[in-house]
Order: sequence, then C-alpha cells, then structure tokens
Amino acid sequence: MATISTHPDCVPVVSYRFGKGATAIDKYLELDGYKSARKALELGPDGIIGEMKASNLRGRGGAGFPTGLKWSFVPKQAPRPKYVLVNGDESEPGTCKDRLIFEHDPHSVIEGVIIAGLAIQAKMGFIYLRGEYRYLLKIMEKAVEDAYAKGFLGKNIFGSGIDFDIVTQTGAGAYEVGEESALMESLEGKRGVPRIRPPFPAVVGLYGGPTIINNAETIATVPHIFRIGGAEYAKLGTERNGGTRLFCLSGHLQRPGVYELPMGYNLKRMIYEVGGGIRDGKKLKAVVPGGSSTPVLLPEEIDIGMDFDQVGKAGSMLGSGGVVVLDETVCIVEFALRTMKFYQHESCGWCIPCREGTDWLKKSLTRLHAGGAVDKDIDNIRYLAENMLGRTFCPLGDAAAMPTLGFVKKFRKEFEDHLEGRGCPYHKAREEETALV
Amino acid sequence: MSTQSGQPGTIFSPALAARFDKLVTLYPVKRSALVPMLLYAQDEVGYLSDPVIAEVAQRIGITELDVRNVISYYSLLRTKPAGKYNVQVCTNISCMLRGGNEILEHCKKKLGIPNKGVTPDGLFSLEEVECIGACSWAPAAQVNYDFHENLTPEKIDGVLAGYKAANRGTGK
Amino acid sequence: MADVTFTVDGKKLTAPAGTLLIEACRTHGIEIPAFCYYPGLSLQAACRMCVVRIEKVPKLQTACTTPVAENMVVTTESPEIAQARKATIELLLGNHPLDCPVCDAGGECELQDMTFKYGAHESKFVEIKQHREEQQWSPVVFFDRPRCILCYRCVRVCGEGMDVWALGIQNRGAGAVIAPNKQDHLECEECGMCIDICPVGALTSGTYRYKTRPWEMNHVGTICTHCGDGCRTTLGVRRGDDGMDIVRGDNRDKSGINGDFLCIKGRYAFDFANREDRLTKPLIRQADGKLAPVNWDQAIEFAGKKLREIRDARGGGAIGVIGSNRTTNEEAYLLQKFARTVLGTNNIDHHRTADYPAFAAALNHSIEPGAGSSGTPALAGKAEASLRDFASAKAILMLGNDPTEQHPGLAWQIRTNVRLNNARLYVANHELIKLRRQATSFLQIREGDYPALIAYLGGDDSALDGNGEAAKLREAIRGEESLLVAFGSEFRGGDVSALVRFGSLLPTVKFACLADYVNSRGAADMGLYPDLLPGYVPVGAAAHFAEEYGSALPAQPGFDLVQMFDAAERGALGALYVVGSNPIARYGVDPAALSNTFLIVQDMFLTETAQLADVVLPAANLYEKAGTVTNAFGDLQMVKKAADKAGVRTDFELIVRLAGALGADPKKLVPFGRRGVQADFGQARGAQSGEVDRHGVWLAAHHLEPKLSPFDPFAILDEIQRLVPAYNVPHFELLAGDDQHLRPGLVRIEDAGSRRDLVLPSNDTLFSSGTLGRYSQMLSSVMEARKPAETAAD
Ligand SMILES: Cc1cc2nc3c(=O)[nH]c(=O)nc-3n(C[C@H](O)[C@H](O)[C@H](O)COP(=O)(O)O)c2cc1C
Ligand code: SF4
Ligand code: SF4
Ligand code: SF4
Ligand code: SF4
Ligand code: FES
Ligand code: FES
Repeated sequence: MATISTHPDCVPVVSYRFGKGATAIDKYLELDGYKSARKALELGPDGIIGEMKASNLRGRGGAGFPTGLKWSFVPKQAPRPKYVLVNGDESEPGTCKDRLIFEHDPHSVIEGVIIAGLAIQAKMGFIYLRGEYRYLLKIMEKAVEDAYAKGFLGKNIFGSGIDFDIVTQTGAGAYEVGEESALMESLEGKRGVPRIRPPFPAVVGLYGGPTIINNAETIATVPHIFRIGGAEYAKLGTERNGGTRLFCLSGHLQRPGVYELPMGYNLKRMIYEVGGGIRDGKKLKAVVPGGSSTPVLLPEEIDIGMDFDQVGKAGSMLGSGGVVVLDETVCIVEFALRTMKFYQHESCGWCIPCREGTDWLKKSLTRLHAGGAVDKDIDNIRYLAENMLGRTFCPLGDAAAMPTLGFVKKFRKEFEDHLEGRGCPYHKAREEETALV
Repeated sequence: MSTQSGQPGTIFSPALAARFDKLVTLYPVKRSALVPMLLYAQDEVGYLSDPVIAEVAQRIGITELDVRNVISYYSLLRTKPAGKYNVQVCTNISCMLRGGNEILEHCKKKLGIPNKGVTPDGLFSLEEVECIGACSWAPAAQVNYDFHENLTPEKIDGVLAGYKAANRGTGK
Repeated sequence: MADVTFTVDGKKLTAPAGTLLIEACRTHGIEIPAFCYYPGLSLQAACRMCVVRIEKVPKLQTACTTPVAENMVVTTESPEIAQARKATIELLLGNHPLDCPVCDAGGECELQDMTFKYGAHESKFVEIKQHREEQQWSPVVFFDRPRCILCYRCVRVCGEGMDVWALGIQNRGAGAVIAPNKQDHLECEECGMCIDICPVGALTSGTYRYKTRPWEMNHVGTICTHCGDGCRTTLGVRRGDDGMDIVRGDNRDKSGINGDFLCIKGRYAFDFANREDRLTKPLIRQADGKLAPVNWDQAIEFAGKKLREIRDARGGGAIGVIGSNRTTNEEAYLLQKFARTVLGTNNIDHHRTADYPAFAAALNHSIEPGAGSSGTPALAGKAEASLRDFASAKAILMLGNDPTEQHPGLAWQIRTNVRLNNARLYVANHELIKLRRQATSFLQIREGDYPALIAYLGGDDSALDGNGEAAKLREAIRGEESLLVAFGSEFRGGDVSALVRFGSLLPTVKFACLADYVNSRGAADMGLYPDLLPGYVPVGAAAHFAEEYGSALPAQPGFDLVQMFDAAERGALGALYVVGSNPIARYGVDPAALSNTFLIVQDMFLTETAQLADVVLPAANLYEKAGTVTNAFGDLQMVKKAADKAGVRTDFELIVRLAGALGADPKKLVPFGRRGVQADFGQARGAQSGEVDRHGVWLAAHHLEPKLSPFDPFAILDEIQRLVPAYNVPHFELLAGDDQHLRPGLVRIEDAGSRRDLVLPSNDTLFSSGTLGRYSQMLSSVMEARKPAETAAD
C-alpha cells in the first residue's frame, strides 16, 4: 500500500529491494538475500562488529548512537541468554519509514537480526511492531515462517551448527513503548514504563540478559552493509554519519513522501527539490527536522546538512528522520498545542515532571490558543518546559519540553498575539478548547 | 477452569484457544504472551470483558489486577465495546497540517457521533488518534487495522460507504 | 564490600561500595528529600525529588538510584537543585487539592514539609483542578485520588512487603491512578501498611479519618494486645468524655521488634476499648437472678467475703483460678501468688495455646549435659530465638503453624529477610500455607506426620515414606551452618523434645515455640499452672518462693482447667475466679457445670463466662495499664498506659483489692519498698498518670505512702526478677522501651509430662483475636465484608 518516493538524488540502499516483490523469499534470495548472513557467519563476532564500526552506521531510532559501538558493549560471557530486539514501534509523529521496510523487505529485517545475533552470540531475536501495524505482522510472520522453512532460522541455521529463533509480535498502542527499556517491559507483558539505567540493555536487558536493541531501519540496513561493504557504505554519507537514511517528508510540501537520501543531504534542497517545495505557492514558515520531538527550525536555519552532527549544531536534532514542513498559514501555538497533546497523551505517567508537566503544558497551551491566557502564562509555559528538561526519568519528558521551548523562543510574538481574549489569529479554537477558558 | 483448549471452560473459539496454548510457549516467560493475547482476544470478542480478563489472567498465571494494569496502559486495548468498524482519525501534526481535523469533524457529522462515540446500530465508532505512521501520506485514518491515506472528505465518505456495504454483504 | 571514599557537600565520607548515595548520606546525617524512595523497597526513580549534582555528570542525578563510587564529588543542596525540587513540588501542587487543614495527613505530610522547605506554595498554575470523590476501598482503606502523588510506595509495600499484591497502577500519563484489586474495592489483608507508608493523605484509614489532627493527640508506644508476636504499636490518644480515647494506632516508631510492620490488629483493632457495651460498673447477681450494678466497695467486699468463707470452710482446694493470656506478666504473677498464698490453692491454669513447659524442659535438657533421661549430649548454643533473629537469620525452618494468619509479624520478618538478604526458608506444613511462596523448599506432609518428619530429619529413613522432597529438605537443612526453627502448636510434649534433640545434630540452632496471644508466653512463664510456679519451678520445690513470700505454699499440684470444671460439675469447686478469660466459650463448657460454684469474673465485656458470674468486675485492657509482656519468642517488653476509661480498674489493682478484702496484707503481696525496690515514679504510666491521685484516698486509708503504691507493677517486676532469673534483664533498657530477650536458663525443671490435650490452639486468623476480637468493630466489619465473596468463590 504505502510506497517509497523517488527523486534523482535518492540513493536506494535500504530501499534497494522495495517494490520488487522481495516479500517472497525466493525473490529476496534472487536479489542477493541472505548472502550477508552467510558472510557474517564467516566473519564471526569480532569481524561483524569491525565491519559495523567501519560503516559509521548510526542508529535510526532517533538518538543516532553508533551501532557498531553499541554492539561491542555486549559482554562476551554472560550469566543469562542474550537477545536481539528490533524496535519497530515507530510512533514518533512525522515518522513512517520502518513501515515501508516491513512491508517491502521483511527479510532484510530478519537477516539483520540474524547478523546482530551472530555478532553477540545470541540465540533469539524479537521483532516488535507497533500495534497499529497489524497488517505488517502478517507479512513478518509469513517471512519468518519462510525463513524457518529454508533453514535460515531455527536449529542449525545455514548448516552452521548455530541455532537462532525469531518471535514477532505487536504492541498495543503506546508511544513510550518505543523507548528501549519500556519496550522490554512491554515485551515481558508489562506496562510500558521505562527501566532504571544503568544497567544498560547491552548488559542487562530483555529477561535480564544482555540485549541489542535497534531501530528497524538500523537493523534492515545491516545486511546491506555486508552486501556493499562497511567502508563503502560509510562513504555514502558524511563524516561519522555513514550511509543513507529514509527521510519522511510531510506537511505542506508539494510532494511529501519517504525518500532515501544520503546522510548529510541539504535540508533546504530536501524541501525545495526533493519535496517539490511548499504547496499552493505558499511561503515556508518553519521546519521540524526530525520528528515531533525536535526543536523547530526557521527558514533561515535550514541550509544545513541532514546528519546528526550538523542538525545538532543548528540547535535541533536529526531524530527519527521525520521532516515536517509548515507553511505560513500554520498557527504555531496550535502546532505547539497539538504536539503537547500528543506527549500528554503518551506520557507513561511514571515520573512527576513529565506526567504533571505535559498535562499542565497542554492545559496552558489550550487556554492560550483559545485566548484565555495572560502575559505571565507565556513565561510559565517556558518555566515549565525548562524545568522538565533534563529532569525526567526517560527522554520523553525532554522530547516534550524541547520543541515547546523552541516554539516559545522562536515565535514568542505569535504567542503574545493570542493573549487577552484575542485568541487564535489563524483559526478558531476547537470547541473543547474554548470550553476550558 | 481449565487452561487447555478442547477442554471445557474457555470462552474463546477453539482456534483462538489453541493459538493461546501455543503463544505462551514461544517466550522465555509466559507473561510475554500477555499483550498479544489481549489483542487477539479483543479481536475475537470485541473488547476485553470481565470473563476475557479472568481467563487471560488464569492462562498467564497472574492476577486480574495485573491484567487490568496492563490493559489500561495501552490505547488499543479497551474494556468497553466499540463499533464493528472503529474509525480512527489521526489529527497529529503531519495530518493536522493537511486537514486531519477536518476529516475528524467530517466523520463526526457523517456518523452523527462525537469522538469516542458509537453509532446506535453499533456499526461504527469514532476515535481521534495520535500519529499512526502515515505522515507522508497525510491525512490518514485507520478503520480497525486498515489504513486509509491521503484522505479528503469525499474520500472518507467512500471509505465509510465501503464498510457499510461490506457489512451488508456479510448478511448481518 | 570494600569501602569507598567520596565527597558530599565538601565533606569526605566513606561507605561500603554499592551503597546508594541517598542511604550513605542519611547515615552521615545528610537528609536528601525523597518521595518514591523507601528503604527496603524496589527503586523507582519516579519522583525526582532526590536529584543531586555529581561532578562530571551533565544532568542532575537521582541519589536514590546512584551507588556511591570512589572519588565521587556530590552536591546535595544548591540553587540549581533547590529549583529543580521546587518545580517538582509546584507541578504536584498544580493538581493537588490544598485541603491540608482537613486532611488526615496534615501535620505529618511529606509534601507539606517539602512545600514549606522549598518555598513552592505560591502556585504558578491557574488551571482548574480536578475534583474527585474519595473512595472507600475496604473497611480499612480509603483513597482520595487528587491527593496521591504517585510515589508507588503503597503498591510496593503491599506487593513486595506483604506479598499481597492488591494495589496496582492503572491508566497512564496524567490519568495514572492507584487501583485496588477488585476494581472498586480491595480484598486484601487489611494491614494498613499502604496507609502508613503513604507520604501524603491519599490513603487514609477508616478508623482515624477526620477524627482529629496529629498534634491534638498524645502518642504512646506500647505493645499490641493481640497475637503472640508482641509488635510495638503507637497509640494516638485524645481526651474523651470518660477518659483518654484511642483514636489511632500506627507504627511511627519503627524501632520495635516488628520493624516497619503492623497487621490490622495492631493498627486498628484497638476499637474494642471505646465500645459502648463495655463494662464500667461492677455487677452483682441479685436475688432475682439478674446482674445489677453496684459500687466498687460493695463488689469487692462481697467477692472477698464469699471467697474467705469458702476458703475458711472448705479449704483452698475448693477454689479455682483461671488467668489470662492478655494480662501483664506482673498481673499473671500476682494472680498465682494470690492464689497460692492468699487463697491457698494450686488450682490455677490458663488457656494454653502452646506447650511451653515441654519446650522449657526440652531446652533445659539441652543446656545441662545429661540432664534428660535420654542422656542427650550437651548442646551449647541451643537456645531460644528472638523475633528479631528472624529478620537476619541465614536459614529458617518453619514447622507447622500458618504465620501469615497467626503470626503476621513473624511472617513479615521472614518475608523481609528472604527478600532483602536472600535468607533460605524451609517450610513443612500440612496445609499449603502462603509463606511457602517465600520458601526455598516446601514440603507438604499429613497433619499427623510432624513427629515422623522429625524422626526422618533426624536420620530415620523409614519414618516418612520415600519422598524426594523430604530428602532434599533434610539434606538442605543439614547443610546449614546455623538455623532458626519455629514450630507451631502441632508440636507438644514429646514432639517438642524430639525436635530439640534433632537440633543437636546441627551446628547452631535456635528455636521458637509459637503461642497465640500477646502474653500467652508470660502466662506460662509466670506460673499460671496447677503444677508449676513462675519459671516452671515444680510446686513441690517451692523453697525459695516460700522464703520470699514469707509463707508456705501448697505443695500438691492443683486442678488444671479441665479438672476445675469437672470438679465444679461434681460440686467440689466452691468458687472460681476468672481473670480475663472466656473458658465457657473457648472450651465449650456447659454453663450448668457452674451452677453450684460462686463465680467471679474480671473482664471488659459481658462475655459468655461473665454472663454466668455472681460478681463481675470491669477490667482495664492492656492499653490502659503499665507492666511487661513476653511474646512467644521470649522477648520481654514494657507496655505503657495509653488510654484510660472511667469506671474500670486494672487487673493488678483488682487482685490487690480482692486480697485486701480477704484480709491479706497488701504489703506482703506487693513487696514495694523491700530490698531497695525500683518503684515506678511515673516512667511507665504513659500519657497521663492520674492514678496516683485517684488512689490517693485509698492509699491514705491504708496508711500507705502514696509514692510506693501497692498498684505499682514494677514492684512485682522486681520480685519476678529475683525469683525467675531468666527475667533478670537490664531494668533500664526495659523501661526505655527496648525489647529484652529473656536470658537462657529459664527452666530448671525436668520434663513434667505435659498434657497434650490441654493445649488448645486459638486458630485465629488475620481478622480474629479470640473473644476480644469479637468486640472489635473493625475486625467484624472486615469479616462481614469478606463473607459474600468467600461464599461466591466456593
Ligand atoms: C519516548 C521515546 C520513544 C521512542 N520511540 C522509538 C521508536 O518508536 N522507534 C525506535 O526505533 N526508537 C525509538 N526510540 C529510541 C529507542 O529508545 C532506542 O534508542 C532505539 O530503538 C535504539 O535504536 P537505534 O540505535 O537503532 O536508533 C524512542 C525513544 C524514546 C525516548
Ligand atoms: S519522562 Fe517519565 S512520565 Fe514521561 S514517559 Fe518517561 S518515564 Fe514516563
Ligand atoms: S491494607 Fe495491606 S494488604 Fe491491603 S492493600 Fe494496603 S498494604 Fe495491601
Ligand atoms: S496513594 Fe500514597 S503511597 Fe500510594 S502512590 Fe499515592 S501518594 Fe504514594
Ligand atoms: S502481628 Fe500480632 S502483635 Fe503484631 S500487630 Fe498483628 S496481632 Fe499485633
Ligand atoms: S501525523 Fe498522522 S499519521 Fe503521522
Ligand atoms: S526518591 Fe529518588 S526519584 Fe524519588
């Protein structure tokens, strides 16, 4: 159903097999499938991790942690079984890329899990999809079944004497479960509340065993790295930001869509060339560069390369690769409010600053948008966000605070325009909002 | 009550009971089967009724309180019936920018129910939801597990009509 | 573990590696605020109040989850930290109802304290607060949701601590809420631990709600009057219409042998004291056969006169005395002294719930080489375990009994020890008792197989049929370096000695013999037996007692409890004096048996026994007097007077007065002033010492000096300490409120051949407490609330 978009600047690596019928295992094999796993078997754990390090692949889940390094943290000897865990919970607003991978190339995820398992000598892997992706579970289940049938999973995989099993399942609707330790809780049948760290998952993770957890795109990229070589892969991107990634362009673009572009690709170009510019000839107002958690960029701030370091330097984050484009008709307060509604709804509620903070921010922003706020409310919003930042149990609190701070700082004037009964200059507030005033 | 399918006591269909028997063996700990089990039970029964909760708790070997703690955490799990077709309209940022709110309003009018309402015939229920992973094809909605993307009011009309027709097709 | 050195607020500190920063700081007097952290419960890192700055770490860190590390440099108070805490509190207050003036926790609320400390009382937020009605979850537990700060202490103490798991967390985000296990109500052990641990007023108790404010009460630390564990409970008392009323029981002073724990009985079942139907006037049976109120002098005179007549006409052997499991040691002791020296009878007994004479004899044999007929070798270090020992022992063997129901305090200590110290628990029982969930190994045996089990453990393979579990248990126990053995009333007589003898095979072992009531042990130790004097001295070997008492004692054993009723039925018992006991109901005695016996009953209520009495004397309960009690484990503790009820007298005073009415010299009975007595000048009297004035008149009339009161239990304690060496523990610590474990060598007797059938276990549950429990509204309402559910579950 959902398909990848293309543009001449696209470099299909992860999406190399998209739209080619690779859900069928034979087709996948025909397109160099499961060769990487065999290669990895030959390389052995150290060789695999070496290759991963050479690729400069950084996690596609949001934080951009170097994947090879992460894998190297797993102790060789451990008292409990080790696991590989694929984070397919994809719930960051603005992000819809992992879905394409599961839909078009499920075996690349399986092969990636196998390679990760070989790297840390795990015997079991889990693929966790968000609950809304039930149709993808069917695709994944079928792919896993086919891989078992071919002897790529189960006992003695590829005749290597090594056993490896994969279990697939979905969640049941909770953004916070995308957070790695909350995901483990969920997979253990509990509420998706994150765990205290340290210990980190690489040492004590799922079922108390050392665990690699990676984003689905990260894992799906792994077989491609072995297909084209780590160093080659690294060269596709920029310094310390190897390869390509799936960028999800959404919002007021002429041609929204998911595009695979090299790391470091210029954001302005991404919007105006790849995405076809702002629709209906409107002017650009702002860009949220990496999913709803990332601070907003102004039009004058977007002439930057889209990699973790450059976007960071520009005061935001590359995040999950969801580029949300806002044109001049957008009310920033409403946008900030919708963002906060999301975090308020998804906060797991475990810690005070996030549970109470998101709730208060949502209420205050609602009132502000509906015209029921006074000057000091804007300072209060900022005060609240500042006091959540860095104080919460998991990064969701930061994810709620950071964009809010960005909006208040960069669009203060627009916040002020809402004050003293004036309400939204763009549209009327929703009914339930005005009711709160 | 017995935990084995084929024996009396289960409130689930034999196929589902068999699936559950298998499910608890897949993981290193039984409890890992809880969330999937609840989803599948909900798919079959329509919602997580008290008897469903009791049996699931018993199958996993945890308390009903524990099961409820988990259910209430996840937004897809419900303890009250929804419509046969649960229309979930995304109004999160990418969808909002492209008319998600309008789609929601349109559905409210069209179905004559508010957010979280169920039509009197029990056919449709409506829910405003968070991002469903269709941002680049916004605005989007899910009806049960089916995605509908690049929506317009006209398009959603067609979608709803489709389900209505499908329902008539089932002879119900 | 090795110590590490680190710096906190400029001070160099050391602590064992792995210690949590928050604990290390507390040990050194640096208090870091915490809502969610609670010692001994799992870590949460949820409230973010304990944030501190650690050098070289970018973000503030939670002290409750950070272990100390070598050279760590920590700041616990700074403007940045204060701001973080202030903001957290502001956020909490955003939705918190500011109803401190009416909140039960007002004055002892951690949120209130923190708000004050960090100056967060000026609310920044003007959004409308959510109001929600308070919910009643059980007879004990009420929940006020908006006050809850979600620290999860209640959830953890109920689950991890109590192993009940009745509280959960539901919904998420701002909708997150603490939920009870039955959707809208609780079905649980009603211990109130969750209420106690709640840092705010979100969980409150049915008894205390909206009754008073903490600062309007006096708080008196005393001992729970119910089971044989002897938990320390703090009673909050307030002046009422007719004395001092108890309005609250809690465990604010966590230094008792119960640690953090109290069960429903120690916390809430004090309410019998305030009952309307409590006896407050003496009653005498009139010519019309009805009991009618009289004044105290009349009642005492009448009872004394009748006893004197019967004694003088028919001899002491025609009088029987039944003592109590719930009076103090001093009262029990005084009662036997009264019986033996004033009434001249050995017809004295009590409701036995464990075979302490057999236990004492068995331990005695094991201490004195070759003393027993069996010729057991010397068993150095075989002794009695204190309740405290169960909190730290490496290994515990639990035989019989169901501690969760019958010894909740013991069960708590064992669970805590298993959870926090990985102690090994071995359980053998004929029922699937709940404590098996903590057990390293659990062995189910048949009810009658306890002796066989001991034989098997001792090496006799044929005693239990080929059972792999039993073999494992035996092997595991034999591998233990040191072991605590607790056993229930399933063990009596020879079983007890066999068990103690089995202990001789093990390197280090201590025993605990479980009895059911607060002073069952004291009643036994104090000689409420027809054949044993205090300290289990046989009545035939009473020389030093006679010397101390200055009069001869009857040398022949008297009637035991059952024999007394048989004698009554035969017409051979002229009078029976029952103190704080309800044998008619407990032993199922036919009331007709007492038709020819003059019956004096001392009690709080018109019990089945009191209803038959000729004279009823309204007595005070354990919360209304001072003295000492001994728990099942031989821990001697002081009880302090907390409450006060107009119209009633302590059993101690009643015995002295009755003796007076019989013409005995109170000075001989209560030897105050003798041998430099350490009289109580008020230390033990608790909140109010009005007695001195109240009895002033009586004292003057008897030419006594007011300061050396014959009602002073501490004069008797002195005598007990002289005659029963095991009780000769340091006086000062005892008065200071510390529990003192009895010294070894309690016992000087041979196995007197105990009577199994005289031991009648009470079979109390968590929600019952003999006759007394029936008068607790709280316990009754819990039983009532549980009834329908239990029938439905059948
Ligand atoms: C609130 C929150 C939600 C997250 N959601 C996701 C998600 O949906 N998918 C994902 O891959 N990572 C998500 N993450 C990041 C994961 O915690 C984790 O860093 C990631 O799965 C690691 O994989 P990577 O190294 O391949 O990026 C989330 C993190 C947070 C704090
Ligand atoms: S920041 Fe706290 S409340 Fe928010 S999701 Fe993380 S743990 Fe839960
Ligand atoms: S009263 Fe005791 S058993 Fe009941 S919920 Fe509270 S802690 Fe748990
Ligand atoms: S009820 Fe009390 S103890 Fe329980 S979570 Fe709320 S504040 Fe904490
Ligand atoms: S365990 Fe026993 S002594 Fe302790 S509070 Fe409960 S009844 Fe009282
Ligand atoms: S924002 Fe609607 S699908 Fe992502
Ligand atoms: S006490 Fe440390 S976070 Fe609550």
